[in-house]
Amino acid sequence: MNGEINGSLNMIGYGLAAIGPGVGVGLIFAAYINGVARQPEAQGRLQTIAILGFALAEALAIIGIALAFVLG
Amino acid sequence: MRFTGADVLASEGFEPPGPADFDLPPIGPSSTFEMFGQSFYLGLTKPMLQIVMAGALVFWFFYAASKHRAMVPGKLQYVGEAGYGFVRNSLGRDIIGSRDFMRFVPYLFALFFFILLNNWFATIPFIQFPTMSRSGMVYALAALSWIVYNAVGIKKHGFGGYLKLQTVPAGMKGPILLLLIPLEFMSNILVRPFTLALRLFANMFAGHLLLILFALGGEYLLIHGSALVKPVGVVAWLLFIAIAFLEILIQFLQAYVFVLLNAMYISGALSDEH
Repeated sequence: MNGEINGSLNMIGYGLAAIGPGVGVGLIFAAYINGVARQPEAQGRLQTIAILGFALAEALAIIGIALAFVLG
Repeated sequence: MRFTGADVLASEGFEPPGPADFDLPPIGPSSTFEMFGQSFYLGLTKPMLQIVMAGALVFWFFYAASKHRAMVPGKLQYVGEAGYGFVRNSLGRDIIGSRDFMRFVPYLFALFFFILLNNWFATIPFIQFPTMSRSGMVYALAALSWIVYNAVGIKKHGFGGYLKLQTVPAGMKGPILLLLIPLEFMSNILVRPFTLALRLFANMFAGHLLLILFALGGEYLLIHGSALVKPVGVVAWLLFIAIAFLEILIQFLQAYVFVLLNAMYISGALSDEH
């Protein structure tokens, strides 16, 4: 084994790019948990909104992984 | 390039899995042809069989569940009704609104269970390949939903009215519209089908790739690693099992999100004002 590392820098870039959506998804679910804790009866309504926000934030990470492969 | 177990054993270094692992060889007789600088199969592949199987299975299940309807439902009818009620109430009624959601329930219902089963094929033993990790399958679904929500909107508001609804945010006046109209057109008409398709495709693709990586990496560490790293291979396999369970959840969630967004787009196209 030597100290050589092979691979594409794209994957490092993807890892960095995933930080943003990761923080975003965390914030969305934090807000959702807060909302349900304060008002449990609103869970049904909040759930849809939370999952929608999660899907939109996650889209960035998903576009990132697609581009990491495409531009490789 | 496909790796079989023997290849991995024979090769010296670890070959990480890549997009090539999703190019399954065709089943039965086939030929290849060249187009756009790529070679295409002309034959039957596993995802093709899976997508037909998913359609047939979903139809068969709900046909059987609704065949012998009774006031007091049996087990099968109960499961069928629970699934139908879930899509009808939480995806149809709550989002499209109680006025005209019933028109879209058959579409949303069929779409949800079709995608769900196709995603769960990634987990079901002996199949274990997500149909939607082949992007062509997803583009077709996204194109269908693009046609549906645009057609519904144009039918209700007329072509000009629909374009105005989708591109001019309510209450906006003046020169800012020069900036807003192209942006809204881009995001509401042009980009939506692509994000819709890419979300489902890339989730299934990345999830399956992750599982391949943990399985092959664990195997490599266990067999080719020195004595010190062999336990890491066992840890990798334990993580593989944990991630496989996480994937079941993600597969469900992605089917839900796909249909949720479809319903949102339809409700946006039907709304009178923003």
